[in-house]
Amino acid sequence: MDIRSQVAMVFHLDKCIGCHTCSIACKNVWTDRKGAEYMWWNNVETKPGTGYPTKWEDQDHYKGGWEVVDGNLQLKSSGKKNYLQRIFYQPNLPTLDEYYEPWTYDYDNLFSAPEGDDQPTARPVSKITGEYIDIKGGPNWDDDLSGSPLYARNDPNLKALTPEQELQLLSIEQLVMFYLPRICNHCLNPACVASCPSGALYKRGEDGIVLVNQEVCRGWRFCVSACPYKKVFYNWNTGKSEKCILCYPRVETGQAPACFHSCVGRIRYMGVLLYDADKIKEAGLRPDSELVDAHREIIADPFNPEVIASAKANGIGDDVIKSAQKSPVYKFVKNWGLALAPHVEYRTFPMLFYVPALAPVTSTQEDGTLANNVDELFAPLEKARMPIEYLAALFGAGQEGPVRYALKKQMAVRSWRRALTVGDIDIEVAKAALAAAGCTPEQAEEIYALTSLPTFDQRFVIPASHREMAIEALKNPLENKGLAGIGFREAPERGL
Amino acid sequence: MLTNTFLFVGYPYLMIVLAILVSIIRYRYTPFSFSSLSSQFLENDQLYWGSNFWHWGIVIVLLGHLTAFLMPGAILSWNANPVRLFLLEATGVTMGMLALLGLVSLLVRRLTHSRIKVVTSTMDVIILVLLLVQVVSGLDTALRYRWGSSWFATNAAPYLQSLFFFNPKPQYVASLPLGPKIHMLSAFTIIGLIPFTRLVHFLVVPLHYLWRTPQLVIWNRRPEKRFNSQSGR
Repeated sequence: MDIRSQVAMVFHLDKCIGCHTCSIACKNVWTDRKGAEYMWWNNVETKPGTGYPTKWEDQDHYKGGWEVVDGNLQLKSSGKKNYLQRIFYQPNLPTLDEYYEPWTYDYDNLFSAPEGDDQPTARPVSKITGEYIDIKGGPNWDDDLSGSPLYARNDPNLKALTPEQELQLLSIEQLVMFYLPRICNHCLNPACVASCPSGALYKRGEDGIVLVNQEVCRGWRFCVSACPYKKVFYNWNTGKSEKCILCYPRVETGQAPACFHSCVGRIRYMGVLLYDADKIKEAGLRPDSELVDAHREIIADPFNPEVIASAKANGIGDDVIKSAQKSPVYKFVKNWGLALAPHVEYRTFPMLFYVPALAPVTSTQEDGTLANNVDELFAPLEKARMPIEYLAALFGAGQEGPVRYALKKQMAVRSWRRALTVGDIDIEVAKAALAAAGCTPEQAEEIYALTSLPTFDQRFVIPASHREMAIEALKNPLENKGLAGIGFREAPERGL
Repeated sequence: MLTNTFLFVGYPYLMIVLAILVSIIRYRYTPFSFSSLSSQFLENDQLYWGSNFWHWGIVIVLLGHLTAFLMPGAILSWNANPVRLFLLEATGVTMGMLALLGLVSLLVRRLTHSRIKVVTSTMDVIILVLLLVQVVSGLDTALRYRWGSSWFATNAAPYLQSLFFFNPKPQYVASLPLGPKIHMLSAFTIIGLIPFTRLVHFLVVPLHYLWRTPQLVIWNRRPEKRFNSQSGR
C-alpha cells in the first residue's frame, strides 16, 4: 500500500447551465497571451457534439491514452519503441485547424474608413497572421447544438447507439443535449507525463496536480498526441506545451481554482481523495467492463486505519487526512456512486468525475400542441430522452450499469424530496424507489443537501499546502522542483 | 599558407569553442529558450515531407561522416570492393538528395506560408541558407570528385582527428578543390552558430527517455523522492 493524496473534482452536470463563465475566468487569468489565444484550459462542450478540438474523443484518429497489448499497458500514440521515429513529425497531432484560428476584429476600420455608400464593417483578423480571415469555426462552434444536429451527428460516442436510437436522438423535435465542462483531469496514470521524452511533465506528489516544467519542455509535442482528452496545448509562440495548472497558487492556499470559484451553477466540487498508487498498474490492465470499479478501487477509504497509517508514512499531514474524510468528492464517487469519470476506457484514471445529467421527458409535442407530462417528471429511465447507451459510452466505458445506477439514484432522491415537500408522490412509493436505487432516506437527505444546498466550504474542502514543510526553506526550489507555467526566471519569450 | 592556417585551424577552433561555451551559457542561464520550436501545429502537410526527408536524410549522412571520422580504415577496406564502394556512395548521395529535397521544401514553406512566416526569425533563414550551402556543396563533392567516401577517409578524417587531438594538420585539406573546402568551412560556421539558432534542439535530443520510468512524481516536501516512478508499464 502506497497512499498518496490527490486534489480531485466532481462536476454535477445536472446543474450546469452552459454559461461558459468558468472558461472566461480561466481565459482571463491564464491564457490571454500570445501563443495561447487558441487555448481553453477550461472549455464547455455541448453533448452530443464534436467538442474542442474537434472530435477529440475519436482515438482511432488521435491515438490518445493507453491500451493493453499482450498484457502490458502501452501508450496508443508512441512509446519507447517508436518515439524517435515520430520526433520529426507527430502523425496524430491535432493542428490549429482542429482547434480554431483565433481572431479579433478590425475595429479601427469603423472609425477610419473613408466616406462611402456602405456602413463600414469590422472584418475578422487572425490573431496569428494578422491577416483578414473568414472565420471557419470557434472553440464552441456547436454550442447548444447550433440549433441543428449537423455537428452532433459527428459525435464519436454515437457509435454506441443503434441507427434507430440515433435517428430518434437527432430528430429536430426531440433534440436533447447537456453540457460537459472540461478541464485537465489531473489523471492518476497520465498519458502526457508518460509520453514526454524530455521528462518535462510531472505529477506533484502532495496534491497530484500535473504540470509542465517550462524549462525542460523542448516542444517535441508527444504530450499533445498522448493526452486522450486533448488538454495539453502547444504554445506556437514559445514552442512549449502548456496545460491547466489547476490554479495551484490558489489551491496551495486553500482557495478554489478560478473556474471552480466562478461557477454560476455551483456545479463544481473539490476535495481530497487518498489513493493507493500500488493499485494503478493492476487497474489499468482490467477489461473495459471492470474499469469503473477498478478506478474506484484505487481510491482508498480515508477512515481505514491502515490507509491512514500508510498516508502518514508518506508524509501526508493530519489536516489533509481530515480533509479527505470530509471530501465531497469521496462522497459523490465512493459513498454514493453518483459520479463517473469521463472515458475511463482511456485508462488514464481521471481525477475529475461527472454526475451524469438527467434528461426526463417533461413535455411532448402532440398534434402541434405542447403537452406537459407532469406525471412523468419522475418517469422510468427508459423514457429518458438521452439514450443510456450514449451516457454509457461517455462515462461508463460502454457499461450501462454504473450510469443507470447513478441516474436511478438521482431520480429516486428527487422523488423522495418531492414526496416530502410537495406531497404529490406517495411517501411509500418514494421509499420504494429509494430502496430500488440502493439508497436510504438518510443518504437521500445527504445527497440532497450536498447537491442543492451546499455552502461554499462544503463544496470546496481544500487543505492548504504546508509551506513550512516545503523545501523552499532549505533549497533553491527552482532547482529542486520544476517550473510550472508561471514563475519564470527569464521572460517567456520564443528562443532563437 | 597563412590563409589556410586561419581557415582550417584558427576558424574551426574558434567556432567549436564558441559552440561549446555559448551552448553551456545558454543552457545554464536561459533554459527556457531550448526548444525544437516546432511549427507542425501551424502547418502540417508540407512539414510531413520537409521535416521527414530533411531529418532522416541528414541524420544518416551525419552518421556516415561520423563513422568515417572514427574509423577511416574501416571505410577504406569496405571501399576496396567496387560493389561495396558503389553501394556506400549511392546511399550517401540518395540520403543527401533526400535531405536537399526536404531542406528546400522547408525553406519554401518558411518563406511562403503565412502562418509560418509569423514564427520565422532572421536566424532561422540564415541557418536554413547555410544548411542549403552545406548540403549542396556536399552533394557537389559527392557527385564531382570520385570517390568522396574514400578520400574523406584519407584526407578529411585525419585532418579532423588532428584537430581533435590538438595537433592540427591543415596540410591534409589545403590542396583540396574549392567545393570540399566550402563544405568544410560552412560546416564549421554552422557548428559555431548552433547556440545562436534553433539548432540547439539537437543538443537536447531526449535519449534518456529510453531508460526512464514512465511516470514522474515530484515531491515538494521530500526532495529525496524527487523522481519517483508511480506506476504504468
